[in-house]
This record gives sequence, structure tokens and C-alpha cells, in this order.
Amino acid sequence: MTIERFPVEEGHIMLFARAIGDTNPVYSNPDCAAARELGGIIAPPTFVAGGSQFDDDVAVRPKIGQPWFGSGRTPSGFNREAAGLLHAEQHFEYHRPLLAGEVLTTVFREGERWEKTNRSGGTLKFEESVTEYRVKATNELVVTARMIKVMPPKKES
Amino acid sequence: MALSASTLKVGDTRTDMLVDNLTRTQIVQYAGVSGDYNPLHSDEVYTTQVAGYPSVFAHGMLTMGITGKLLTDWVGDGRLTKFGVRFSTQVWPGDTLTGTATIAAIREEGGQWFADLTVETVNQDGKSVVSGTATARLDA
Repeated sequence: MTIERFPVEEGHIMLFARAIGDTNPVYSNPDCAAARELGGIIAPPTFVAGGSQFDDDVAVRPKIGQPWFGSGRTPSGFNREAAGLLHAEQHFEYHRPLLAGEVLTTVFREGERWEKTNRSGGTLKFEESVTEYRVKATNELVVTARMIKVMPPKKES
Repeated sequence: MALSASTLKVGDTRTDMLVDNLTRTQIVQYAGVSGDYNPLHSDEVYTTQVAGYPSVFAHGMLTMGITGKLLTDWVGDGRLTKFGVRFSTQVWPGDTLTGTATIAAIREEGGQWFADLTVETVNQDGKSVVSGTATARLDA
């Protein structure tokens, strides 16, 4: 859950901007007007999601030598859906723009947990977590991310 | 280009077509860069035969990222102070997404002007896929 070292790299930002379909030069060209004004290439608003590349605990990344639940020629036989928490909400607070070249670290904490009943009487279980993205060298807080996951009601068979 | 508090009004709105016919390849691009390689987003065999969905589908965070472009294109680079969404419906390959942002409030806090916005992205059937709020710093 905690990322020791998350280097915010130019190439990573460029690829991230491509993936979200954003051709804004502030995400790729340090000499464009906006980048000059802001002090360099900045990261798009949801970029810190890419920090999971630097998180050793991520379950949704194949790891060498370990079984992967996705399929090869045929399904692997694992079904992670049974445990399926869904991403219900995501909130970011930006304390300042995040610049390419910075090295971050994260501080993770569990937040609140609550339940709601849906229209058909099923119970939805919500879990909140907060991740602070801080400059590793100075501890300066740059982005606060709050994630809410939901466990949907068990399906009636 | 940043927005200015003196020219902006509550109720001002901007609508952009954000993605036309979302491709599986774009979803794979997002998986690759974000580090979320959950097979639900790229592995049709797993997603249809094991997890029981009609096809792979986009990461919620891809839809949020696409929606963020609407905000930054409007409020300017490095201007957002908050951005949050609720994910309401899955986004599938082939979906066309349109986002709308609306100025809900313009306010001054400690000598700095801010705009509070509501934001919603809908699919080609007009169904909301994400909705939320954002706050941006404005010039005076």
C-alpha cells in the first residue's frame, strides 16, 4: 500500500497523457509556454494513479515467478471476481502542480467504513482509504488521494 | 490560459466530446501506463468466461482521466485544487463519451479566487458514467 519511491518521470507522464487522449504539450514539452510558467512538464490530474507501478503490493500486476489470474490460451482457473471490491469514488486534492523529475513517497491510511442498503434490500459495504503523495526528500504534501471502494451485495443464486 | 473570476459566471458551462468509439487498445494503453493490469480491462477470455461480463471494460480511472482533460482544457494547466468523481456505470469498448462542466460557484478565499465546478461524463445513451466536482484557482 505504501510506495517507498515514486519517481515522476517525463516518459511516464507522456505515456499517461497519451492513454487518456490528452495532447496538451504541458505533459510532454518542457519548452511550451505553460511548462515554462509552471516550472516544467507537469503531471495530469489523475497521474498519481500510475504510482502503483512502483508499489510492490499491487495484486493487479503480473509478477515474475508467481501465478497470474488472467488467461493464457485458456482461463487460469482463478477468479478474483469473487472477492470483487469495485471502485466507487475517487477524490484528489492538489496542494500544488506535480512536476516531472520530482520523487515522491506515499503515506497510506485506512479511512472510514460504512454500509448502505440498496433499493432491493441488499447491503453495500463501503471502505475509504487515503494516500498522501509527498516529496520524498522534504515530506512536502503534493497530492492527497481519497479512494472509496464498495463491496456490492452478494448475488442471489 | 487560465480563467478569470471577472469574466466567469455561475452557470457557465462547457461540453466536449471526450472520446469517440473507445478502443480496446486505448484501454490497454491505460493499463500499461497506470499499472492496473486487472484482466477485466484487457483479457477477453478471462472477462467473459470467468468473470461473466459481456466484454472487457475501461478502468474507472481511465474515464476519470479522460474527464480531467475537459477540466484542464477549460480551467488551465496546474489550476485544479480538487477533483473528485463517483463512478456510476461501466464504460465499454465502442462507447462515445461526452463531458460537461458547469460553474457552480465563484468565491474568494484569502485573496485568491476559486471556481467550484460540477462535472459529468455521459455515454452515447446519455447515461452518466462519472459525475463529480472540482475546484480551480482563477485569476482575479
